Amino acid sequence: MSKPVIATASLAGCFGCHMSFLDIDERILDLIELVEFDKSPIDDIKKFSRPVDIGLIEGGCCNAENVEVLRYFRKNCKILVSVGECAVMGGLPAMRNTISLKECLEEAYLNSPTVAPEDRLIPADEDIPILLDRVYPCHEIVKIDYFLPGCPPSADLIWEALTALIQGRPLRLEYELVKYD
Amino acid sequence: MPDKIKFTVDGKECQAEAGLTIYEAAKANGIYIPVLCHFEGLKPVGSCRICSVRVNGRWMAACTQPVTPGMVIENSSPEVEEYRKAIIEMLFVEGNHFCPACEKSGNCELQALAYRYQIMVPQFPYLFPKKEIEAFPKFLLEHNRCVQCQRCIRAIQTPDGKKVFAMKNRSGRVRINVDRKLAARLSDEQAQKAMDICPVGAILKKEVGFRVPIGKRKYDRQPIGSDIEEKK
Repeated sequence: MSKPVIATASLAGCFGCHMSFLDIDERILDLIELVEFDKSPIDDIKKFSRPVDIGLIEGGCCNAENVEVLRYFRKNCKILVSVGECAVMGGLPAMRNTISLKECLEEAYLNSPTVAPEDRLIPADEDIPILLDRVYPCHEIVKIDYFLPGCPPSADLIWEALTALIQGRPLRLEYELVKYD
Repeated sequence: MPDKIKFTVDGKECQAEAGLTIYEAAKANGIYIPVLCHFEGLKPVGSCRICSVRVNGRWMAACTQPVTPGMVIENSSPEVEEYRKAIIEMLFVEGNHFCPACEKSGNCELQALAYRYQIMVPQFPYLFPKKEIEAFPKFLLEHNRCVQCQRCIRAIQTPDGKKVFAMKNRSGRVRINVDRKLAARLSDEQAQKAMDICPVGAILKKEVGFRVPIGKRKYDRQPIGSDIEEKK
């Protein structure tokens, strides 16, 4: 039987969840025995080359590209997991959700004291992904199957969830594994 | 003792003195009923409903309802637990609870309740309401995190008995209001007390932060309520 295939993505996140994933330390050797990786920033594969069993999503959706990548993952992954606070609830980027997008852009590119007068311009190049009105948790864009909270979720939680999914067994959630910070 | 009241919680025979609330009576029997707005020593108001139990088939707030003989109390049936989880989730989506950026994280009772129930994601959509932060000489009032438990209203008074905190507006627009003149008279100890009595990170004492390292905070290792359950 072929190994389960895993893919990962970092949307509006800080890569902290990926770092926490790598924090499984020597278990990474077991992981290589257990699974194969497809599209992921870890191996720099840009496009899906086969159907994926488990997709791990870090970060919420703050722009059109995030939404596109997320939908691309949903289409190609049997199971999609929101990993970390940003994917689960928008996280720190979602702090802008109570401020209008116009106000955010004006503050960053026009009114901020660090912007030189000649640089006052809101970027609107067509190559730059367009920003959404607010930051969306992943499950408000596509169906998400499982959620791992934490900023970041501990390596132990990611490992436990991943191995449980691969082995098809229920999660063993110790109290200390579920944290929001 | 002749005046002990007999009742059951989840089928367990319990006894308690007359005059206690259901929450207190259960606690005396080593049973934890989760509470949020309630705080030992303050007059209970029953505003958050997290302590809801079913008594003889009817919903009651355990922090305000006195225990009476023969009560059949449901505290941990799936229906009661799901009801409580829903309330916790509603509190999370109704405010802006960015736990990773909150100073109270690890010591927060709302978060601790969510940990106890191992809530991975709320079942309701996030509302991201627009709320403000107010600054006072000794403390900050973070309306984004306030759950309107009214603990501060009940606990914090000036030496001459005037309340510093009060409720303002109604329904969905309800919020805590502070008397600026009285707040300016608060001592450091009172500001600390206000922060400690706040179950979430809505009241923060100024000029001190993140004092307790991760791993040593109140709910890092032990679920909320485990101190009551250990006394069994």
